[in-house]
Amino acid sequence: MSISIQQHDFDLAAELEALRTQSAETGALVSFTGLVRDISDSEKIESIYLEHYPHMCEKALEKIISEAKQRWSLLGVRVIHRIGELKPNEQIVLVATASTHRVDAFAACEFIIDYLKTAAPFWKREQTRHGSHWLETHASDEQRMQRWFPEGEKND
Amino acid sequence: MNVKLLYFGRPREMLATSGEIADLPAGVVDVAGLLAWLRERGGSWTTELADARVRCAVNQELGKLAAAIREGDEIAIFSPISGG
Repeated sequence: MSISIQQHDFDLAAELEALRTQSAETGALVSFTGLVRDISDSEKIESIYLEHYPHMCEKALEKIISEAKQRWSLLGVRVIHRIGELKPNEQIVLVATASTHRVDAFAACEFIIDYLKTAAPFWKREQTRHGSHWLETHASDEQRMQRWFPEGEKND
Repeated sequence: MNVKLLYFGRPREMLATSGEIADLPAGVVDVAGLLAWLRERGGSWTTELADARVRCAVNQELGKLAAAIREGDEIAIFSPISGG
């Protein structure tokens, strides 16, 4: 099971260990872990709340991973995204990739998290002392995503 | 024409609903038309569902507001996504 959407935390070391031992051909293991920051727009964050669109979320992540597998030679991929209420410094998301050589694992890991941020249906609400507000896709995330589709072939 | 509507993110909170089955009048053929029809409800529906504020998915695929809708479709209306 390479995709999990869950409320509970994940054990980073155990996840990487599982991916590492999946194939003896693995020569590179790359992971990205996204965390809850305690400051946003100079405001102190008390917590964040993550909502998702069930079923579509899994489908979108499957599509993103399958696109990554077409572009790079990968031996394994693991994506975990948490939902619900999370506090500063907690883990939000894990993207881990395994490949024979590092180039594929690095590129695929970055591609998956960039793509996830613009195409996987999750929504984040920040809670500060003064109230709460929903975050929106950052223009910088859209730009990072566009780098992977230089010909403009992305059709959604 | 009956469709299933789902709301996520900011609209879900501001409209205080996660979804509904809607019977659309003849003439509503795309998501933009659906939004215009929902805005006629007034109040938060008018302000929260302005075209520029929302994104959509038709049958669980991200789409543009010009996306066509058909009987039985599942249409999700939401604020710009912000995961990761």
